[in-house]
Amino acid sequence: MLAKQGPDTETAEVRARSLADGTALGVALKLLGIGPVLILILLVVGISLATPNFLKPVNLGNILAQSAVIAIVAIGQHLVILTRGIDLSVGANLALATVIGGLVYRLADSGPLVMIAMLTAGGLVGAVNGIVYVFGRLPHPFIITLATLSIARGLALEFAIGHTTMRGMPSEIAFIGGGATFGIPNSFFVVFGVAALVLLMARAMVWGRWIYAVGGKPEAAVQMGIPVKWVLVSVYVISGLCAGVGAIVLAGRTEAASPLYGNLLELDTIAAVIIGGASFLGGRGHIGHALVGAVMIGVIRNALNLLNVDVFFQMIAIGAIIVLAVEADVLRNHLEARVRVMQSGRAS
Amino acid sequence: MTAAASASPVLAVRNAEKRFGAVHALKGVSLEAYRGEVLALLGDNGAGKSTLVKCISGVHGLDGGEIELDGQRTAIHNPAAARSAGIETVYQDLALFDNLTPAQNFYCGRELSFPSWLPRGMRLLRRRAMDQEAAAVIERLKVRLPRFDAPVALMSGGQRQAIAVARATVFARKVVMLDEPTAALGLREARKVLDLIAQLRDEGNAVILITHNMEHVVELADRAVVLRQGRKVGELKPSKANQHELVSLIVGAEA
Repeated sequence: MLAKQGPDTETAEVRARSLADGTALGVALKLLGIGPVLILILLVVGISLATPNFLKPVNLGNILAQSAVIAIVAIGQHLVILTRGIDLSVGANLALATVIGGLVYRLADSGPLVMIAMLTAGGLVGAVNGIVYVFGRLPHPFIITLATLSIARGLALEFAIGHTTMRGMPSEIAFIGGGATFGIPNSFFVVFGVAALVLLMARAMVWGRWIYAVGGKPEAAVQMGIPVKWVLVSVYVISGLCAGVGAIVLAGRTEAASPLYGNLLELDTIAAVIIGGASFLGGRGHIGHALVGAVMIGVIRNALNLLNVDVFFQMIAIGAIIVLAVEADVLRNHLEARVRVMQSGRAS
Repeated sequence: MTAAASASPVLAVRNAEKRFGAVHALKGVSLEAYRGEVLALLGDNGAGKSTLVKCISGVHGLDGGEIELDGQRTAIHNPAAARSAGIETVYQDLALFDNLTPAQNFYCGRELSFPSWLPRGMRLLRRRAMDQEAAAVIERLKVRLPRFDAPVALMSGGQRQAIAVARATVFARKVVMLDEPTAALGLREARKVLDLIAQLRDEGNAVILITHNMEHVVELADRAVVLRQGRKVGELKPSKANQHELVSLIVGAEA
């Protein structure tokens, strides 16, 4: 009896300890999961203590309006990143879309026509990205989207024939980009609409499940009979369309088109998605990450402005935050590997 | 040999040829698989076992020869075609999606969805139905998982293997092929997978098993086909007595 008791209590002890380790790991993983939201809340609290102007409705409205373009384009970018890709062309694509919208506006003062022109331009650049990447069998979307970044920016400058700004937009577009309803900027409703639509597609539709599968393990997605090529093309098209929507909002807010718009927007949107908590390795992340990240970038920019920190430091700060966010992703993968090892130990 | 084994083969491969550039991976391989039977596919590394399995499962196309299902010549151009023809494959790397839950893994590529008049990708997922049915299968196969709603990234090698085999179990209607399903497992976990394979056989599937473990072959396989350098070099009924003969066939050291 006594002899038997020894090993029994020992295993019980081991089990208890591994369970405790398990919960500690679980808590750590949970924290990493909600980390970005926590950081955003801490940022807001900290900044509003440092500068009382931060929480004034006018300023909050500013943040929303300024984050809107990043948020909309980041929503498209997050789909691309979910499939292990990257879309560097979004900023140039947005600029080209505004210029094409500006050209159409000179021909016809029609809100719907200009909007269709901008969306078509954005979607087309996205389609080129996706089709050349997939059917040209390029090793990584980095290359094609870097090329279209240059091409779209060049086309935008070409079409603008020497103008850096082309003044004037139809009133409908000005209303969407610059107007407000019940004191809330209309661009906020655009973000909300785009987010709701993409959320529905990504979560409720089979297509969305395929995106996660392709990002999780592309080879397996082929083996499971998923039309991987078309899934990939579709995310670049949607990313391009989001750049087109971003073009409408930005052109509306400024009531102008410009071939110089969207400079470094690719960086802001990629940063938003990663800071928000999606994985750069693909397959993990959701729209909330893109939105939280976009607001975080907006809040940081706004706070640094209010605190009179110079613009160059903003770039440094955002770069540093990207590194932290990617490190958090690496840490999460590491912790998950530990959980897996523990499961094997416990498996019966 | 189980009583369920039927007279005509459910799967027949005739004179399969496959080349990868200069490499002649399959040189006229033929084999037949019967319902309710486990067929072991043996051979050294590079003998062409995995290539043959990938040709049958639609990952590679055959360069010559043909595949018959229930006596009908069937073209298998891609994995989706193989799966809808009733051929399931458990790949060596499991083809599991680490970021998805067990249920999502089960149905990946053939999600239950509605309405049917829409193109497949645009239909809406029937999530609850998929969760319930996957849970029922896991329960029936007595696979123990730590959590059903967590991504499979958090599960052990054996649990993942069990999920992959269970997935094949749900959808297999004719043939199940398993490429080294026990290679990475401990003893107990391997035992569990062998039980699942026996269950697949008992449910009337033709099971094709690639393995290097001779004990598993002797225990489970009704027939063994040996490949060497892309050719079929032997076919026999494995037993304790001819285990050595099998091994010498595999390595090519005929006495």
